[in-house]
Amino acid sequence: MKCQHCEKPATIHITELTGPEPQEHHLCAEHAQQYLAPPEETAQPSSPLAGALAQQLKLGQTAAELARLDQQSCPVCGITFYEFRQQGRLGCPHDYTCFEKELEPLLVNIHGDTTHKGKTPRHGAEGASHKTQLIGLRREMRQAVEQEDYERASALRDQIRTIDKEGAA
Amino acid sequence: MKLEELAARCGEWLKGSGPESDIVISSRIRLARNLADFPFVRRCSDADRQTVEKALRERILQLSELNGLSYVDVNDLETVDRQFLVERQLISREHAESMGARGVAIDAQEQFSLMINEEDHLRIQVMHSGLDLASAWQRINGIDDLIGQAVTYAFHERLGYLTACPTNVGTGMRVSVMLHLPALVITRQIDKVFRSLQKISLAVRGLYGEGSQAMGDFYQISNQITLGRSEQDLLKQVGEVVPVLIDYERRAREFLYRESQKDLHDRVSRAYGILCTAQTISSEETMHLLSSVRMGINLGLIHDLEIPTVNKLFIHTQPAHLQKLRGIELDTADRNVERAHYLQRHLIKRSGDGESEKN
Repeated sequence: MKCQHCEKPATIHITELTGPEPQEHHLCAEHAQQYLAPPEETAQPSSPLAGALAQQLKLGQTAAELARLDQQSCPVCGITFYEFRQQGRLGCPHDYTCFEKELEPLLVNIHGDTTHKGKTPRHGAEGASHKTQLIGLRREMRQAVEQEDYERASALRDQIRTIDKEGAA
Repeated sequence: MKLEELAARCGEWLKGSGPESDIVISSRIRLARNLADFPFVRRCSDADRQTVEKALRERILQLSELNGLSYVDVNDLETVDRQFLVERQLISREHAESMGARGVAIDAQEQFSLMINEEDHLRIQVMHSGLDLASAWQRINGIDDLIGQAVTYAFHERLGYLTACPTNVGTGMRVSVMLHLPALVITRQIDKVFRSLQKISLAVRGLYGEGSQAMGDFYQISNQITLGRSEQDLLKQVGEVVPVLIDYERRAREFLYRESQKDLHDRVSRAYGILCTAQTISSEETMHLLSSVRMGINLGLIHDLEIPTVNKLFIHTQPAHLQKLRGIELDTADRNVERAHYLQRHLIKRSGDGESEKN
């Protein structure tokens, strides 16, 4: 007789009497061991983010709330909260600002904190968020070109150049 | 730079020097950074990716303080060459397997690498042999400051450095120490140790990072949290737990030596014997046996081999290294034969002629 789970011969025969009906199992040594002493569940989720996301969703958000949340999108890069939840990666630096409220419980879950205590870059935070606007402006400019709205495209281009220059100065 | 030249060398992380190097293989720190004015890599268009790659490459290669860097266009590489860089720990598996414009700048000593367009625009990594977190931090902090002056990093006043994945936000820093813990594995205490590390939010990974098996009894211990603690705190957290693990491993080795020296000596000698005489051998088995031999040398049970040689064999018998050293592509079966020959050449030559190749 073959093992129920593989091609090896069944060497161990078990009659399980715990259910409503007796159940017979015919297993090879390896599968018998698995049956009798299943490997200890390592309760660690595949990644800390996946675990935190899953836990956050369990925290009693109703389907309607979640649907509303999922539809919110970042004005700069266009990613929706739904896309973030699916992919586990944010779209641009501005997401941390526009999804601030939604991300907060997630950050608490992962890090136990929401305030950075380490080093800061020399250019500071303001210069950085100013530069992040470029992502949105470039996106708008591409759209304007696609729509053949060249007047708007050239105005956007000038705006982009100004910010670029400030950064270089 | 020719990858073949790299292949023949050993690289920093398996040099086998530095403090506590009988147990601690390497100390590694990485920082995740992004440019403020582009979407994160996964959200980038092909054109954006190319612009980011070009901008970072040019600015990094212009930094006179970082001279002697070699730049490798990862997108252009053959699969075996990408795998080679992964085995070498100069790029991540994710970086090797993703698509689009991306690259890595490597310093001549292989002590640091700068990955462009991994999950974040820039991943800076510094690697030192042995337990040496303080100097690794000093180095990476300096490199980060240099690049931070040349580009505008994405940074938030309250949240710190912004990263594609919220698990890295804040410092963007991962501190990891790679340990060789064979005695804790043999005495079955390793799971207990890891469960207690998880409780203090430290992560344990195998040799090649997330999801990889703990091949050759190598384990990486690293911080999980990146936000709300300073870089110094994170260094301290990992730095303080490592001596405890070293102590556990040493005690487990002493226990084995005291209680079952014959069995231990037998295990080590058999491992050495198989490595010297096998005709075909897989990478996993090689790692497993080299691990026993490595511990045997540290316990004085093997006298005619040295740690740097064993470390070199660990890396040179990996699939891509073997193929680079041989100069041809080999399938799994051929690799197993080539690996056995390689081991024989390097181990038997040594035991017959022990002193001649010490350098």
